[in-house]
Amino acid sequence: MTQDVVPGGGPKRSVARRRRRPLTFDRASFMVVFLGLPLAVFVIFVVSPFVQALYYSLTDWSGFSSGMNFVGFDNYVKLFHDDIFMRSVRNNVELAIVVPLVTIVLALTLATLVTIGGSGTGTVRGLRNSGFYRIVSFFPYVIPAIVIGLIWAQVFTPGSGVLDAVLSKIGLHQFENYAWLGDARTAMPASMFVMIWGFVGFYMVLFIAAIRGIDPEVFEAARIDGAGRFRTAVSITVPLIRDNVQTAYIYLGIAALDAFVYMQALNPGGGPQNSTLVMPQQLFTTAFTKGQFGYSTAMGVVLAAVTLLFALVVFLVNALTGGRERKVKVRR
Amino acid sequence: MTTTAADRPDVVAGSRAPDKRAPEGRGVATTAHIALILWSLLVILPLVWTVLSSFKSTQEVLGNPLSLPGQLRFSNYATAWTTAGIGRYFANTVIVVGTALVLVMILGAMCAYVLARFSFRGNRLIYYSMLAGLTFPVFLAIVPLFFVLKNLSLLNTLPGLIITYVAFALPFTVFFLHSFFKQLPGEVYEAAQIDGAGEWRTFFSVMLPMARPGMASVAIFNFLGLWNQFLLPVALNTDSNNYVLSQGMASFASQAGYAVDFGALFAAVVITVAPVLVVYIIFQRQLQVSVTAGGVK
Repeated sequence: MTQDVVPGGGPKRSVARRRRRPLTFDRASFMVVFLGLPLAVFVIFVVSPFVQALYYSLTDWSGFSSGMNFVGFDNYVKLFHDDIFMRSVRNNVELAIVVPLVTIVLALTLATLVTIGGSGTGTVRGLRNSGFYRIVSFFPYVIPAIVIGLIWAQVFTPGSGVLDAVLSKIGLHQFENYAWLGDARTAMPASMFVMIWGFVGFYMVLFIAAIRGIDPEVFEAARIDGAGRFRTAVSITVPLIRDNVQTAYIYLGIAALDAFVYMQALNPGGGPQNSTLVMPQQLFTTAFTKGQFGYSTAMGVVLAAVTLLFALVVFLVNALTGGRERKVKVRR
Repeated sequence: MTTTAADRPDVVAGSRAPDKRAPEGRGVATTAHIALILWSLLVILPLVWTVLSSFKSTQEVLGNPLSLPGQLRFSNYATAWTTAGIGRYFANTVIVVGTALVLVMILGAMCAYVLARFSFRGNRLIYYSMLAGLTFPVFLAIVPLFFVLKNLSLLNTLPGLIITYVAFALPFTVFFLHSFFKQLPGEVYEAAQIDGAGEWRTFFSVMLPMARPGMASVAIFNFLGLWNQFLLPVALNTDSNNYVLSQGMASFASQAGYAVDFGALFAAVVITVAPVLVVYIIFQRQLQVSVTAGGVK
């Protein structure tokens, strides 16, 4: 830590020493295989498709015919007048706002209960026997998303689904045959719920770890200063783990802007009045059912742009509300 | 970083047990337990209902959802495994995910090692393009990717799916292992060189074994990610003989709407979930440590 030199200063010196050695077969073959092989795979199957996508989005390519005309930004203009696609953009944005927010609030609450919900007036302590909750909450993370969707689609089914049965059992008879996913008013909230159900446990475990990483003396000081548990959670815990919250927000937002798997399982057709249609679904149908490859890649570009914009907004909001400043203070 | 929170007892401040229990504190603990139990029930009950339904006949499934199955119909499992093809999808998934996992771990470790320990022109460029590959949505690439595979005659084949899995899991693997190789002490490398080990030998006998904890964490994440992969197989692997579990489940569910064998559908869900859940319960500590190590960074 004391000799904090210019980054790369250390390694460079040793490289210079290495360079003096002759380029043996061992070294040459090593570099070719170790760097060349992974890079070849990466360039062919990841980089090149991304770059091609940018070009295809400017053409009227329909894939199988040889005709491919350069049409400039026509596809994009068409997209912004495509009511169904714009509907899917709106749905994705809605998802990207609600799902991360609710997931993080829930996960933080549960994590706080586990870490500082313990009884006792002495030290602030964790809840006893909370390992069980952590293990159970984490279950959904290891269940494939498609299966999560399928299970909940069955739970929501009117008549044979368990949700309506339970609701009418406790007296809410108006839900006796209610189609949660078939009604435009509830299809989206129900789908959001399923995604949140799938995400909360993972982030709960993440936040528990982050909270346990905080110096216990901080909690002790807060307690001595007379802060209650709720106050401690809001004024101490959240600011101290805000970097974790930011990371979680970005991951969740990216997942919500995708949402393809969940929506395919719950409402493959886009839901009643397209109320749960998301961009990836529309892209997939346009490409692989209708064969409009140029147009569908333009959708992909819009999706990528929205994703990057989302990440940028999260970074900006965090920076503007003093993320950096606090971080410096905490790290001392 | 690896011996973090999940290993520690559930105590935030000090291990000293409080000598007095105030009623206020106990109230908080009780409320906390109630809230956590409610959430746990919300997680478990749909799963329990699924397991119960997997033993029901279609008639029972369409009847009262709250009733228990009349008898334990294991035949549903047989139907799901053979008639619905879940057995074949399972085998395909094991082949694809197993091979892709081994390949991506080897290629990823090699690439991360070179990027972390050797400086050469373009090093940063490669690293940042890997990072970019991690952020861009796969949907942007899916159409051109379809034609890349088609031109290589790899479309609708298991090798094609495997190589695509490897390619898209590579950025994450490299990114994660990069920081691991970076932390390894340089003296070890120097010592190996002085002892006459070549670059190959140094990597496989010295550096790779030292990165084992990082490799384990990444392998767990990659396994879950690849096992759950849905978009890539649905778009690039449309031959129903080559289906993997996730897409097989989706297609079975959409058919079940007409053929209506709901008991078998639920059984298929249980078959898909059970192995992963059992593995999770056995390795849950290790997994949660990995999540912690990966997420806190």
